Amino acid sequence: MSDQNSGTESEATPVFEAAEYDDGSITYPPHPVGPNGSERVGTVDLGEYDARVITWTTSMATPPGVREPNTLAIVEFDLGEGYDGPPVRALGQVAEDAAGDPFDVAIGDRVEPVHVAELREPGAGIREPESQSWDGFRFQPVE
Amino acid sequence: MERVAIIGASMTRFGQRDAWVRELLAEAGEAALSDAGIDGDDVEHLYVSNMASGEFEGQTGVPNALAHDLDALPAYTARIDQTSSSGGAGVYAAWQSVAAGASELTMLVGGEKMTHRTTAEATDVIASLTHPVEYKHGVTLPSFAGLTARLYLDTYDAPRESLGKVAVKNHRNGVDNPHAQFRKEVDLDTVLDSPMVADPLRLYDFCPITDGSAALVFCPESVAAEYVPEGEYAVISGIGGATDTHVVHERADPTTMGGVVDSSTIAYEMAGIGPDDVDVAELHDMFTILEFLQSEDLGFFEKGKGWKAVEEGVTDRDGELPINTSGGLKSKGHPLGASGVAQVYEIYQQLTGNAGPRQVEADIGLACNVGGFGNCVTTTIMEASQ
Repeated sequence: MSDQNSGTESEATPVFEAAEYDDGSITYPPHPVGPNGSERVGTVDLGEYDARVITWTTSMATPPGVREPNTLAIVEFDLGEGYDGPPVRALGQVAEDAAGDPFDVAIGDRVEPVHVAELREPGAGIREPESQSWDGFRFQPVE
Repeated sequence: MERVAIIGASMTRFGQRDAWVRELLAEAGEAALSDAGIDGDDVEHLYVSNMASGEFEGQTGVPNALAHDLDALPAYTARIDQTSSSGGAGVYAAWQSVAAGASELTMLVGGEKMTHRTTAEATDVIASLTHPVEYKHGVTLPSFAGLTARLYLDTYDAPRESLGKVAVKNHRNGVDNPHAQFRKEVDLDTVLDSPMVADPLRLYDFCPITDGSAALVFCPESVAAEYVPEGEYAVISGIGGATDTHVVHERADPTTMGGVVDSSTIAYEMAGIGPDDVDVAELHDMFTILEFLQSEDLGFFEKGKGWKAVEEGVTDRDGELPINTSGGLKSKGHPLGASGVAQVYEIYQQLTGNAGPRQVEADIGLACNVGGFGNCVTTTIMEASQ
């Protein structure tokens, strides 16, 4: 976000927001009620963690306002040995290389989240643009 | 609880149709009334299974429109939307209305008009069922299928060709279905060489976009013989509905459809049978991978072994457990709200001996209708009446 008042561009750090619940479990996305009826007690920024590719696909026929082709992956975050709740996963676009093509990924690859201001064109599809956010995190292979 | 019989059924030709949703619904509804030998004003409850007539066509209020068009006044009406499983959910609602004693004669009509939209537009309408964190990444239902197919093949060491064989089988079955969108056999090379849609899945791994409608008439089993002779009706012996996570990546095992497991457990218990007792099944093969997942999660085959059953011909029309004798969604087509109704139509035809060249020996049939990517599921078990 830009700071309109100061006239300078100070970027707020985007948060990859997951929810933490009173039973210790974490979900992405957050839900008002957690697994087994647990109560939400906090927020975890998944942007601080690496993840592993569970599976991936490249979609060649994409809806209006979506890049084509669109490589997508389901990833599972490595939250460290201190976390023993259900796996925390996310589905997201695979990041693009310098040429603008999505990186090649394979099952088991390690990736890190990279923030993107607009993942698809708001309003090009059927979803009401104001009803949700359009920024988010792509996944980039870790060297 | 009263057992519920199906005494009439119909379906329109599936495919690219000039008719709009109201006309498609009326076409199937009128034919089902005729099949059951009743008039519109005999109907006490009228349900319409439809996912998105407002989004596709700008036509809402379709149950009211249909009731008027069929002179089914003053029946109680309701639209049942459960995305791709609207048809199965409609079967559940219709069954419930009769089993509970709220209606003595219920009609269900499922239908959708889709082909006037581009593939991209239709895909987006369907993808609008996803969570915002999924939708903003441009996820589509076909891309969920690609993600899951890759994981399944990797986890269970299944060959890519096995998925193609589902398409080959179901296209072969569709040749003998006069209502099917595609009545043409395809060979494995054609499937495996078709354009990539969602890696590793190709064009022939996916069902088409379809217009069409199907209808069923329900009454208490105790009075079914007053409408049609014994043998010409079928009985719903078990039915279950269940819901899985909205966000697909939150499932413990992405290759297991919890809604299929849960809904079928309820249906088997109600029917007093197990998966080994099923003689014929219609599964929701919107994508080839879904036939593997459902055949395993319904208990027909061990987890990770569904692909072998297809390879060995177990699910062929002349196999031990014929699956998708209608051609499935793959070849018959998938007009969203109609599909679950058309699955039960096929089982009804099989159990009443009216399936023509598709006929198999069957006393017990099962239909599994899936919405989203396993998000909502209805499993229906039916028995022949003699």
